[in-house]
Order: sequence, then structure tokens, then C-alpha cells
Amino acid sequence: MKKWLLMFVTVIIGFIVLAGCSKDDAASSDGKVEITYGFWDKKQVPAIDEIIKLFNEKNPDIKVKTEITPYGQYFQKLETAATGSALPDVMWMNGAHVNQYADGKVILPLTDLAQKDNYSLDNYPESLIKLYTVNEDIYGIPKDLDTTGLWYNKKIFDEAGVPYPDETWDWDKLKEVAKKLTNKDKGIWGYAALMGNQGGYYDFIWQNEGYVISEDGKSVGFDQPEAIEALKYNVSFIEEGLSPTQAQMTETAASELFSSGKIAMMFDGPWMVPEYKKNPDVDVAVVPKGKQRAVAIHGLANVIAANTKHKDAAWKFVQFLGSKEAAEVFAKTGTVIPAYNGTQDAWIQAVPTINLQAFIDGIDYSFPLPSVKSTGEIWQYEIDVLKKAWSEEVSVEEAVEELTKKANEALANE
Amino acid sequence: MKGIPQQVEVKANTKVKMSNLANTRKRSDYFWAYLMIAPTMLGLMIFYLWPILQTFYYSFTEWGAFGQYEWTGLDNYKRMIEDTNLIKSFKNTGIYIIFTVPIGIFLSILIAVLLNQKIKGKSIYRTLYFLPVITMPAAIAMVWKWLYNSDYGLLNYLLSLIGIKGPQWVSDPKIALYSLIAVAIWSGIGYNMVIFLSGLQGIPKTYYEAAEMDGAGPIRVFFKITLPLLSPVIFFVSIMSLIGAFQVFDLIFMMIGKSSTALENTQSIVYLFYQHAFVLNDKGYAAAIAVLLLVVILIITAIQFVLQKKWVHYD
Repeated sequence: MKKWLLMFVTVIIGFIVLAGCSKDDAASSDGKVEITYGFWDKKQVPAIDEIIKLFNEKNPDIKVKTEITPYGQYFQKLETAATGSALPDVMWMNGAHVNQYADGKVILPLTDLAQKDNYSLDNYPESLIKLYTVNEDIYGIPKDLDTTGLWYNKKIFDEAGVPYPDETWDWDKLKEVAKKLTNKDKGIWGYAALMGNQGGYYDFIWQNEGYVISEDGKSVGFDQPEAIEALKYNVSFIEEGLSPTQAQMTETAASELFSSGKIAMMFDGPWMVPEYKKNPDVDVAVVPKGKQRAVAIHGLANVIAANTKHKDAAWKFVQFLGSKEAAEVFAKTGTVIPAYNGTQDAWIQAVPTINLQAFIDGIDYSFPLPSVKSTGEIWQYEIDVLKKAWSEEVSVEEAVEELTKKANEALANE
Repeated sequence: MKGIPQQVEVKANTKVKMSNLANTRKRSDYFWAYLMIAPTMLGLMIFYLWPILQTFYYSFTEWGAFGQYEWTGLDNYKRMIEDTNLIKSFKNTGIYIIFTVPIGIFLSILIAVLLNQKIKGKSIYRTLYFLPVITMPAAIAMVWKWLYNSDYGLLNYLLSLIGIKGPQWVSDPKIALYSLIAVAIWSGIGYNMVIFLSGLQGIPKTYYEAAEMDGAGPIRVFFKITLPLLSPVIFFVSIMSLIGAFQVFDLIFMMIGKSSTALENTQSIVYLFYQHAFVLNDKGYAAAIAVLLLVVILIITAIQFVLQKKWVHYD
């Protein structure tokens, strides 16, 4: 009989284990609603934690669980989660993906909710509201904004006896100073010619009066003479030994080389402030001008999953994230430039050692990051193809020919 | 344990003799046996068999955003013929297999035989060789990435001390694949070594005693006794490492950056699958790649099973 009992117990345990796998933990028992908030930037965790704390003072019944996924995997994870109806209730969105997500009906249009609650969208820069408006519906409440600045290392400039960058600089000046500051013996490069679009070659293409995606959204402008010239200008820094090579920058991130004083100047965004402010020698200036002044502007927004079980709680949280109060937390911790109009000054004062005004100045002559349905795909082609030009495997002309063909096909398939 | 073979015999021998009692007993035994394996079978069906069937189906479809797809017939397979990236990834995977599997097996046999001797600190050595196996692959990749770093890595620093300018281990398209192979061999030795060790310990001592009496030297003993008697284990390990090598992904994903110049020359079949499935959101084509890989592994494993008759000794 003992044998039978043993068998029986084993089977029961087996079923319990199996049953345990499918246990649903949706609602907690104490009447609290739990919503998840998905985002990618680890550097913003302290500010977000503080905002959640403030939110809970007003809404003690809504528990917010954060879910961080590194940017490299963020949109892959969302895509899979959306297919399986397992998106976080509230999440970050960027301009590159909002069209695709709105069109796929996986994020919630907020127009009706905003009208019902009298939620004003006039508190945010128009360009950002436009960015998150798809087919006349608003899908995201702007969270922050970013432009590009020319970051530089004061110590390297001082040692070489070169004056710091200012608003008089142009492309020739940048090249000239990069030559002066490059010091092979010390392992210092004058400039890092990053292979990145925002805060990289997009900015240069616009400065050279070129375009990335045509106004009708049917073709890309990489093969236009202005763009080719801009890309060549970038690659020339590598060719002349003024910048680390593409291989070196993939092995050790340029931002790491810059923080540790191996690079004198580089383009980067305000999202690096929490990182770069740790190095007291670092400061930032406006980017040099080409034929015209130009920087990319972009900003993130908070969106709500279309199939969220807690729509009201999620909307309450999104409203709070878009409020002046939340913006001030981002500002005073120096985390990002908040999108809420009028809170940017507090951000500038948050890190007095760095000339953050340079980023705010950029808003005046900024170009919005292009956003179409296949932006994500085009970005992937940019990486695949342009890296060959950056590593001097093929000429810029050959690279843009291939890239233009692939990107135009993607646009045609939309 | 005793019950089951008996039942088999009963079934094989005669149907006439089978009494009512035996019949009921048999039935209840089957019932319990199936009940016992039910959780595992259920798991296998849900998590392996069903996805395989689904993958096969999806390989004839094209995917849009968020899980919409349409039937496109053989389009994905037609596309494969012209896909230079796919051919390149097969070549990369081939090179990876040709180096990691034989070298890995050779080194692990060598180490297993050496550690099977009576030497001091034997268990310490065994632990050391086994350590990479219990370390997370991601952690291994991160550490090696730093060791390989061309400007600030330990490897090139040591080379610089003797006046050699080290190469760009993971960025030079000509070298990167071999750098990965070295890490793969290093991290795989411990696991195979343990299997070989147990195989070695299963060889009866009497053979060695007899060989010693007949005056055979250690090398002759190794080739005439150890190797033939170890051949079933070698066969097992070679099949497992071959399948593992076909599926290499994590090392490449962790050590070679997305914008690395060496990616084309290192990306494996599974990496390409990942790229299409999760980066380009081209899940139909990715499924076709997965099916192709399954077929290739199946064929090669079948060939191995045929060839084994010539060299594997079951004693």
C-alpha cells in the first residue's frame, strides 16, 4: 500500500507544479491596483522613483511597478509583448516607433481621455505634440526633449593652449582644433566621429542643408550631394586619425573614452549629463555651424497600452508623469530636459558646472527626428551599411547607394 | 522496477495464456506509467513539439507588425537561395564547428586522461577546468570582451610588453571568428571532460592489467584500449557538441557589437535568425531559417549515426 501512496503523492505534486506555472497574479487582494511602467534608461531610475513616490502621496491605491529593459532590447521586447498582449500598462515611446505602434493599434489614443479631463496639450513644445500625433490623434504625453551639444574636455584644451569652443565655430574650425588636440603619444583623439544618427550624421546632413526623408515620405536623401558631403566630413576624421576608428568605438564606447579623458570633443545629447557631470573637466557648447545651424530634436513620451486592464489608473499616472510637478523632479535632478514648458530653466540650474544653455539654444534651430512607419527598419539599414563606410571598407558613395536603395524599398512597402 | 520487463515478456510470448488477472494488472500498470510521464509529455508537447510545428507553418508566411501574417507559400525559401548573408552565416558556422568540435573533443580527452591519473591536487584541477561550465555564458563573454579589447585589454597589454602590437581580436574581420572559437573551446572543455572522466572510469581495470602483463607501453594502451572503449562516449559528446555548435549565438551576440565591422564574418545561422526575427521583424523568413537549420542538423546527425558503425565499439 505504501507504494501506491507514494505514487499518488508524486502525481499530485506534479500537477501542483504544473498548475503553479499558469498562476495569474493580476490583481492584488488588498484593493490596490498595480500598474507596470516600462522604460529603458537606468540613469533615470532615481528621478522616476521620486516621481512615483509623489504620485503615491496623491493616489495611494495605485501601485506602480517599474520594468527596465536596456535600449538595445527595449523595442524587441515590446514587439513580442504586444504580440502576446503582455505590454506594460504605461511605457516610454520614441518618435521612431510611435507611427508603427499607433498604426498597429497596440497603444491607446489619448485624445478622448484628454478632452474628458480637460488635459491641456499646450504645455508642451508643438514639435513634440506633432511627433506623437498620428492620424489626428495624440498617442503620447511628452516627457522630455533633447538636442545635441558639442561636449568637450577643458583639460585637454588647456594643455594644448587652445580656446574652448563657442558659437563662432564652423566645420573647418572643428577639424582644425581636432588636429591640434589629437595626441597619439598620450592616446588622445581630438574628436569622436560617432556612427549614430541623432547627434551624429543626421545633424551634419541638416547643417549641410540636406535632408533625411523627403517631405512626401517616399524617399530618403542619403544619396544627395549635401548628405554625401556631410557623411564624408564625418568619415574624414577617422581617415585622418583624428578620431578613434569604428572598430575601436565598438570595442570601447566613445562615451566611455570621453568620460575618461581620451577624447577631446564629441557630439552627444543632454541625456549624458548624469554621466558626464562626474568628470569635473567636462563642459558643453553649441554645435558648430555648417551652411546653416542645425541639430536634431527629439523627445520621449509616455504612452498607454491599448489592452491595459487598468486604463483609468494608467491614465492618471500618465497625466502625473506629464505634470509640472514631475517635470520639476526631472529638472532639479538634472536628469533630462523636461518637456513641460517653462521648467527648462530649473534643469539648466541643476548642474551649474556645465553650460546646459547650449542644449536649450539648440531648440531654436532644431530639426525633428524623422518619424515614419518603417523608421526602425531604416535605422537598422543605416547601421548595417554605413558602418562599412565608417570602417573605410567601402567609399561613402557606394554605401549611400546601397542604403538609399534599401531604405526606399522599406518606404515603398509601408 | 522489476514489473515492467515481465509485462513485456508476457506480451511477447503468448496471448492465449494471459489470464484476466494479468490483463487488468497490465492495464493498470500502463495507466500509471502514462500518468507518471504525463507532466513531462505535456511539457514537451506544449513547449517543444507545438512550437516546432508552428515554426514550420510560419516559414511559409510573411509577417507584419504585431503578429499579423499572411501566407506566401515558398517565397521565404526562394529568397534564401539569393541571400548572401545566409550563405556567409553557414560558412561562419561551418568554420566554427570545424574548429570547436574536434579541438574541443581532443583537448577534453587529453585533460580527462591526465586527470584520471594518480596526481596530486586532482580534484582542484578538475574543479578549475569545470568552473567555466557553471559560469554564465554572458559573464564569460563580458570578461573575454575586455581581455580582447585592442587598446585597453590585458591580452594586448601582455603582448606589448614583449614588443608585439596585438591585433584587434574581436573587430578585425579576419581574426574575430577565431577569437570566438578560442573562447568557445575554453568554456566547453570542462563539461566534456567530466563526461569523458566518467567514461574512463567505466573501463574495467582488468584490461589494463592484462595489457601491462603483455608489456604494452602507455601510448599503445591508450590507442588500443582506452580510445576504443571510450568510443561510445566520444560519439555521444561529438553529437552533442556538434548540435551545440550549430546553435551558437550568445557569444557572438555578447562579444561582437551590432555596429562592429566583424559582424558579417562572425554571424552564425542562429544570429541571422535572431536578426530577422527580432530586429527586422521578419519572422516568416526567420522561421524558414530555423527550419533549414533543423533539417541540416538532422541530416548531419543521421550521417553520424551511420558512420558510427565503423568506429564506435559497444562492449
